[in-house]
Amino acid sequence: MSIELTGINKRYGDFAAVDNVDLHVESGELLALLGPSGSGKTTLLRIIAGLETPDSGSIAFHGADATDTHVRERQVGFVFQHYALFGHMTIFENVAFGLRVRPRRHRPSAAAIRRKVLTLLELVQLDWLADRYPHQLSGGQRQRIALARALATEPRVLLLDEPFGALDAKVRQELRRWLRRLHDEVHVTSVFVTHDQEEALEVSDRVVVMNHGRIEQIGTPDNVYDHPASPFVLEFLGHVNRLPTADAKGDAVYARPHEIAVSLQPGPNAWPARLAHSATVGPVTRLEFALAQGDVPINVELSREAFRTLALAQGGIAYLRPTRLRHFATAA
Amino acid sequence: MITALAATLPAAHPATGAAESALVRRVLIGVALAFLAVFLFVPLAFVFFEALKKGWDVYVAAIIEPDAVSAILLTLLVAAIAVPANLVFGVAAAWSIARFSFPGKSVLTTLIDLPFSVSPVISGLIYVLVFGLQGWFGPWLREHDLKVIFAVPGIVLATMFVTFPFVARELIPLMQTQGNEQEEAATVLGAGGWQMFWRVTLPNIKWGLLYGVILCNARAMGEFGAVSVVSGHIRGATNTLPLHVEILYNEYQFAAAFAVASLLALLALVTLALKYVVERRARAAAIPTGESAR
Repeated sequence: MSIELTGINKRYGDFAAVDNVDLHVESGELLALLGPSGSGKTTLLRIIAGLETPDSGSIAFHGADATDTHVRERQVGFVFQHYALFGHMTIFENVAFGLRVRPRRHRPSAAAIRRKVLTLLELVQLDWLADRYPHQLSGGQRQRIALARALATEPRVLLLDEPFGALDAKVRQELRRWLRRLHDEVHVTSVFVTHDQEEALEVSDRVVVMNHGRIEQIGTPDNVYDHPASPFVLEFLGHVNRLPTADAKGDAVYARPHEIAVSLQPGPNAWPARLAHSATVGPVTRLEFALAQGDVPINVELSREAFRTLALAQGGIAYLRPTRLRHFATAA
Repeated sequence: MITALAATLPAAHPATGAAESALVRRVLIGVALAFLAVFLFVPLAFVFFEALKKGWDVYVAAIIEPDAVSAILLTLLVAAIAVPANLVFGVAAAWSIARFSFPGKSVLTTLIDLPFSVSPVISGLIYVLVFGLQGWFGPWLREHDLKVIFAVPGIVLATMFVTFPFVARELIPLMQTQGNEQEEAATVLGAGGWQMFWRVTLPNIKWGLLYGVILCNARAMGEFGAVSVVSGHIRGATNTLPLHVEILYNEYQFAAAFAVASLLALLALVTLALKYVVERRARAAAIPTGESAR
């Protein structure tokens, strides 16, 4: 089921939460809405769900206009940031809720509901928790139950608001890989909101980078990372150094920390710099250099081994040569 | 010498600190208990003592006397109308204040507290001025042969006015902290408005709601000031329990007055017991929601 957004606007007073957004979500893809807080990504997701009404613009599901369809009839699955599980119901009843509230003539039989719920609980690998209550579950388990509950009504699209936001780092990583596998299995058109670029790049088929209510860039994870369309995208997707220079056209020049070579020997296009600080985090060593010219520190990332081989002491002089430069006319 | 001093220091220091706070603690607890004893336990015991002083027969006679029975029935009738009405109003008001933003919301929130800040006598007087013979609707009511003041409708109105904050005030903060994510989740899953209310909203607020209803009921049955102004004190017709107690007392029928008063005291004790149970259940129910909100 594809989703088509055309000219969506949403204002809160003077604040433009979503500013004239057009977006096409392909049938069956897993799309990430990525942006800093206040960039309008959650508002956009809630507009797709029907939880917010856009001031103008239209939404179509698979070509059929859904702008005025009530959230109840929109047949979307929504996973809330804090899961919003019903605390007074068992896990089984939580998942069964969407089926039980159907009008009598569309409601499956009790046996069919039971089968469906147990199948879903097996899908999220938590069938053994059916009789527990939400407060007895861990964060990651609640997350998966929220997903099972959303899938129970066989939604046309699945929407997830910061699905991993409230989890600790390790569970987060496991869950996002699990979500990717689950999506490959069920193949429902899915949109998820995140402020974590790593999450967006790892999980999604395509990434939509948002800023100030507008879409900055849409593309595959490789595409937006390698070919950022604006300095904002470049800076938001990973760390970057702005070099204290300009190219022939007067454009600003940027280099990512891992795209700078460090040598003890001077060379062409190499900048002399003094090592101000170094820190090794796992396999990566992060170096901070002070350039002879300009007072902006330059951050460089080397593998632990490369740094050891280099044998550069703090305060030592090295030569930095960017292996890849990015140019942007708008010097932000 | 130095080592001995050093050895005693860590132990000695907290000991002095604890001794001081123990004294303060004892004084504070003593004051609180003495206060409770003088202002609560002694009067309560006195009510039952006076009520039963002339024996069980006098006690029972005072309660089954027709005017007393009429007062009991009227009190129950008033509560039976005022409490459900305020339950519906309280839920509606709390829902609109906690869930929607609209112009005049802060004014409405403040107005809900009005009955708490106005003297009950004034509350009663308002209804006399509006519905009394000299009031705005007085002539119209008279033409249609309707009696509000010095009749049961006036008593119900005054009681409703005095007790309407209880449910709403209990629910507003509760619903505001709970937020509406669960309700949104229910709607996205296809639940209609009533399904959402019965299956999600009500189970989440039920203990707070019950707590508000218990307090509302206690006040509805015990209200004196506002009811006194609009009642007219007609024996066997417009006397509620508190008014009946006052009349008996003024007629020097002390044993009977205390016998009827003991019913109200019992109501208070039952209310306290229920309140205690509900508070515990509410706290037990709040722990899981608190966790899932994190």
